[in-house]
Amino acid sequence: MKPILEIQNISKKFRISHQTGGYLSLRERMVNALKFEKNSTEDFWALKDVSFEVQAGESIGIIGRNGAGKSTLLKILSKITPPTQGKIISRGRIASLLEVGTGFHPELTGRENIFLNGSLLGMKRKEIESKFDEIVDFSGVEKFLDTPLKHYSSGMQLRLAFAVAAFLEPEILIIDEVLAVGDAEFQKKCLGKMEDVSKSGRTILFVSHNLPSLKAICTKGFLLDKGILVKQGEIENVINAYTYDRTGYYKILDSIKHSGTHGKVNNVKINGSDQSHVLLLESKSIHLDVDITFNRKTAFELQVHVKKDDVLVCSFARFVTGSTQIFEPMRYNLEYDIELPDLRSGRYKLDIFFTEPFVALFARSENDVQLEFVNEGHHVFLNTPAYNWWGSVLLEGKMKYNLIGES
Amino acid sequence: MQKDIEYVIEPTEKKFLNFAVLWQYRELFYFFTWRDIKIKYKQTALGFLWAILQPLLMMTIFTLFFGRALNIPSQNLPYPVYVFSGLLIWNIFSTGLNNAANSMVNNASIIKKIYFPRLIVPVSSILVALFDFLMALILFIGILIFYQQPVSWTIFFYWPMAILFSIIATLGLGSWLAALNVKYRDFRYVIPFLIQVLFFLTPVIYPISLLKYPLLQYALATSPMYIAVEFFRLPLTGTLPNMDFVWISLASNVIFLLIGVIYFRRTEDFFADFA
Repeated sequence: MKPILEIQNISKKFRISHQTGGYLSLRERMVNALKFEKNSTEDFWALKDVSFEVQAGESIGIIGRNGAGKSTLLKILSKITPPTQGKIISRGRIASLLEVGTGFHPELTGRENIFLNGSLLGMKRKEIESKFDEIVDFSGVEKFLDTPLKHYSSGMQLRLAFAVAAFLEPEILIIDEVLAVGDAEFQKKCLGKMEDVSKSGRTILFVSHNLPSLKAICTKGFLLDKGILVKQGEIENVINAYTYDRTGYYKILDSIKHSGTHGKVNNVKINGSDQSHVLLLESKSIHLDVDITFNRKTAFELQVHVKKDDVLVCSFARFVTGSTQIFEPMRYNLEYDIELPDLRSGRYKLDIFFTEPFVALFARSENDVQLEFVNEGHHVFLNTPAYNWWGSVLLEGKMKYNLIGES
Repeated sequence: MQKDIEYVIEPTEKKFLNFAVLWQYRELFYFFTWRDIKIKYKQTALGFLWAILQPLLMMTIFTLFFGRALNIPSQNLPYPVYVFSGLLIWNIFSTGLNNAANSMVNNASIIKKIYFPRLIVPVSSILVALFDFLMALILFIGILIFYQQPVSWTIFFYWPMAILFSIIATLGLGSWLAALNVKYRDFRYVIPFLIQVLFFLTPVIYPISLLKYPLLQYALATSPMYIAVEFFRLPLTGTLPNMDFVWISLASNVIFLLIGVIYFRRTEDFFADFA
């Protein structure tokens, strides 16, 4: 059977202008036409020569760092923007969900928005009418159907939006990180729905940073890096390649996201290195150097989470034991020594949170710092990366024995 | 499951109109129009009445200033009838053009996330203007009865033609400006000015014969809306306009449609990148 989707040598070029703040102005165009010097634009290839095939019924996970070209690929597949080169042959109806609730209008009622959104997503009016009750049921907002959307809570809006999308029935469904929002329970519901969809034999292309859910839903994976398709195959292998690929590539500082003006992190070093990949051989302790500026008086606390496969293994937070220090609005160098428990060999992630507990979380680094722990003593039989038999923490235990008698 | 669908996504090819795809998405015309009409009159106490009140107030003002004070001739029609007939058909153009030209920018959030033939957006925004027109038309018929205005049976030919030509004129300029507006936001400021200028350059509130120089009359006939205004009034005045003017206006009408739609089609693929 022919593949349902053939992507052949797709490239996409964007022209970045260094002068304008976004869109063109006519005056600039005319002025530039009169000037002899070259316009200061730069070509940027969001995708370079990407080719792959998708068979009917496969569910594909597309992985890659921010800016790897995932969203551009989805936009080309959903015909929102044309490729610069290459072509795509599709043998089925494509519906894409690049955002939940596209076209939702705050002045319209829930009922009206269901019809508008459904029709935008490519459903026929009759189709929407026949599924209307199911949609309403799934969303759980039947009480507010005739209330304008602007009076909905954002959670309710999201529910309604996802409910409409969940009843799409195309041959190929394209989904871009739509589950990043909403409460945990609703996310679970959505993921369940998506698993149903993939089991019903439809083809799914799914972009997400949520690796466990990718693992649950997808069978195959594609890894994009800087516009190039670097790996494809079994989802498990692709995810492993991705997590491995991310190590040692950048500074810890680059992965820290600030919010608010509470304070600013100037540098972070772990065991003397500012790189995001930390290798621990035998040693069980990590030493953190934090160069930080506070903009106001702060009861600062550093929190560190150690995670394995998105499961929290252990954490460091001094304020839990009630020993908080208050800092003046100045620049400090803080040093922390953290003793880790007996971890099994393997790869872990460190999440670092810079907080004033219960007041502000003003900077964080999530999923970006890699801790590779090689516990030499148990290395011989414990380092089996494919399957984790023994969990993450090694328990200490003693054994005593007494001889009772002969058998 | 339909198994025989097969289509290709490629770098932009030159094309005029793909009616099959427009037909496939026909329900979106309805939904966009319906949405805009709903939103337009939501939270207004008078609701649809505004569609009637606006031309009515304009008619009153023009009647007082141009009819009474300046005594502009009106082809043997009562001046309010003359002005209202002109304003009515003109409003399809002015409201429609304003809607259409801003439609792509206003719907940018949708355009960036979902594919559908982009032409649906400006066309639907013009249909909204047509809805206003139909509301005001009811009032106009009332005015005709009030003034006991004799009407020729040719009304059943000329009125639909007038409406058709006004839509074509609006779509041509509207889709062109909509596409330009996505790329150059300067046009946002040009549009109200352009509409105002065209209003005075099109014989809406005065007859074209008011101008003393024939050359000037020819120049004004190039307005794509001239033919619509003349045709709309023809069954009332009973006087046939100069056929030269009619042909000139018709030509300009069609030329603007071609320029507008072709430019729109050639740029629409990149709207998502610019919007």
